[in-house]
Amino acid sequence: MDTVLTLQAVSKQYPGHRAVDNITLEIARGEFFSLLGPSGCGKTTALRMIAGFEEPTSGDVFLGGERINGKRPYERNVSTVFQSYALFPHLTVRGNIEFGLRHKGKRFAGEMDRRIRAALEMVHLENKENRRPAELSGGERQRVALARSLVLEPEVLLLDEPLSALDPKLRKQVRLELKSLQRRVGITFLFITHDQEEALSLSDRMAVMNRGAVEQIGTPEEIYLKPRSRFVASFLGGMNWIDSGGLRPEVTHLGAEPPGDGERSLPATVVHSVFLGNFVQVQVRLASGETMIAETGRRDVAFRNGDAVHIWWRAEDELHFEAEARK
Amino acid sequence: MNRLRNAFLAPAWVVFTLLFFAPLAVIAAYSLATRGTYGGVSAPASLESWVRLADPLYLVILLRSFALAGVATFICLLLGFPLALFIARAGARRNLYLQLVIVPFWTSFLVRTYAWMFLLRETGLVNSALMALGLTREPLPLLYNNGAVILGLVYGYLPFMVLPLYATLERMDRALLEAAADLGARSWSALWRVVIPLSAPGIRAGSVLVFIPCLGAYLTPDLMGGGKTIMIGNLVQNQFTTARDWPFGSALSLALMVIVMVLLMALVRRGGEEGML
Amino acid sequence: MKRLLPLYAVAVYAFFYLPLATLAVFSFNASRFTLWEGFSWRWYAAAFADAQLIEATWNSLVIAVVATAVSTAIGTLCAYGLWKRGSAPLTGSLYLSLVTPEIVMGIALLAFFQWVFRFLGIQLGLHTVILAHVAFSIAYVVVVVLARLRTMDAALEEAALDLGATEWQAFRKVTLPMIGPGVAAAAMLAFTVSFDDYVITSMVAGVDSETLPMVIYAMARRGANPVVNSISTMIVVALGVMVLVSERLRET
Repeated sequence: MDTVLTLQAVSKQYPGHRAVDNITLEIARGEFFSLLGPSGCGKTTALRMIAGFEEPTSGDVFLGGERINGKRPYERNVSTVFQSYALFPHLTVRGNIEFGLRHKGKRFAGEMDRRIRAALEMVHLENKENRRPAELSGGERQRVALARSLVLEPEVLLLDEPLSALDPKLRKQVRLELKSLQRRVGITFLFITHDQEEALSLSDRMAVMNRGAVEQIGTPEEIYLKPRSRFVASFLGGMNWIDSGGLRPEVTHLGAEPPGDGERSLPATVVHSVFLGNFVQVQVRLASGETMIAETGRRDVAFRNGDAVHIWWRAEDELHFEAEARK
Repeated sequence: MNRLRNAFLAPAWVVFTLLFFAPLAVIAAYSLATRGTYGGVSAPASLESWVRLADPLYLVILLRSFALAGVATFICLLLGFPLALFIARAGARRNLYLQLVIVPFWTSFLVRTYAWMFLLRETGLVNSALMALGLTREPLPLLYNNGAVILGLVYGYLPFMVLPLYATLERMDRALLEAAADLGARSWSALWRVVIPLSAPGIRAGSVLVFIPCLGAYLTPDLMGGGKTIMIGNLVQNQFTTARDWPFGSALSLALMVIVMVLLMALVRRGGEEGML
Repeated sequence: MKRLLPLYAVAVYAFFYLPLATLAVFSFNASRFTLWEGFSWRWYAAAFADAQLIEATWNSLVIAVVATAVSTAIGTLCAYGLWKRGSAPLTGSLYLSLVTPEIVMGIALLAFFQWVFRFLGIQLGLHTVILAHVAFSIAYVVVVVLARLRTMDAALEEAALDLGATEWQAFRKVTLPMIGPGVAAAAMLAFTVSFDDYVITSMVAGVDSETLPMVIYAMARRGANPVVNSISTMIVVALGVMVLVSERLRET
């Protein structure tokens, strides 16, 4: 693996609060890597230590093999797309893109114009170069922020929840564009998000963070299908908790009769069902009083509240977590 | 980044140290000296100036200052509260109405005091008008008394009351008032039972911010009180000019500073300093 | 109450403005006495013909301009530093300087200058007035500029650093343009408080540094003098416009 960015046992201690707790990450060149976690899990602090806005209390940050601890943000060949985009309101679109070229992109002197033009084309803002940020839509602002950073050809582009300021409809579309943009430019993206759907759909690899620590690193498939901890399992999707471990709702089935040998099943009563378009989510109550969720195709038998049913699953679909107490 | 920040704060520290704290330190030292024959100070050190603060002769002036400042503050509250309420409920025009309060406030304290002298002095507009109308034959003594001083103080510092009151009232949830009205509170009783209790922070901040400058006022009692030593400020000034008793003037100044600091700290502790400007 | 409140407000506004308006009207009175005898510019002409007044105005302008420039620069830097990270001792000093009675500040500065100058052999003069004005106007500048900074997205500066600007470049090219109107408003406010100050100035002024407020004060003490009406009116209008502009700038 051609590693571009390494965090080696990095921690950040604030008075009375450990924001980042001994995290180690290796990010490959050209990779789309996500840091996923709930708010306050330390993912933004981790990003700020890479950008140079914060210094690690302990541990090392390497960029392209060089240790960059203690370097100022303007001395690091990374660039950030901020959550608020932080476009300079007093400069035009062009002025915003030019700003970085004038300061950090001195190596591009002589081809500034061509680069700005290319950056504008890349994000389809050729005809808006003289607008000010206030005159742009949310999506356009996000694209200016991307262009402003990408034009510098950073070794790693840091994206701090760049989709959260957009309205939900636009978000899905921009997500696709972001992925294809990353493929085209070939720059390493480090993407921070609390939205598991974003992380799963965009990333080549991802890390799930909780309380300052990394819980698991892997491809989206690995993390979704083989979560190593209960936290990861439940943060990435719905979970039914059973004594031996957990089950995703989509591998949990319902039947009027007990299933054949080889499947595991429990008797239950239907409590509630929700129609969700291409499937139906059914909540059932077990004899123990606990509830579970099953998903059934909408063409399957309809279950009514109060129906006595059997909830069943395949043993191999069960998720097991080593030596971890149920929370 | 911290080095740049410290560099940015440094000039302000230099100015405050040299032109604020050092002068205060000098008068602190002077307050412990003996008065010089022609002004200034001389050895030996003594606590006499501080002891003299308790002299009934000066205690009266101290008490009078508190009384005048207190009355002025109360009048400011009576005038300022309805005005702040009016502005807070003025909708889109709020800023205009607020500026109408602020603009004259920053526009020459001296001239505004003079305007009242022009109106109230024996040959002033009010007396001229009264005499022209035949309502009085002798000019009324409108100026150069305690009432005139209070008027001048109210006129000078009323905006200090209005601004924090407005800040509190503006932030107050309209829904609260509507809820009160909904529960059958008539508007007067809603005012008395809901609005006034909830604006306590603004009332507190406004009162302190008016009381402090009133207590230390010099120009207003000097011009509108007719040059008699009515308030502490005049007494201080007097020690440095006619009386030539610098140690006593210094002790008085520091005593005044201590009172002001106590009031300010009480306010800051309550988080009320935000409405200061 | 709905009907009473506006009436009350009108009355308070009248209380604010009527004395100044009356003064302005009578500054155009042809008579020396406070009875209207017709319109005249004579008191304005008299004001402009008064060499002492002109010199005092010039002194006031020089003091205000220099003090404003210095205190705006120092105050803006200070506000920026405090915005980055608060400093309780400095904030406390700022508030303390705002509430210190002018007369106390004045005599303290007088005592201090006399004590220092005894060693240096310097006299009181314009320079001492300027120093005093810088000292008391910094706090106003800090308060206004800090309020402006607090409306700014802190990420803007980080973005500038991220795009290669040094801290100083980020301040100059991003922060300063963003807070520009606030700084201008603060400067105008500093100018106003400096131009208008009487109490502190009268304490630390030398024989050659009489300011406009000092002349007005002396004239007001001496008795009725219609020239004061015309000067006062001019001051109110000039400073009023400045404050109004300053307030507008604070809003943008």
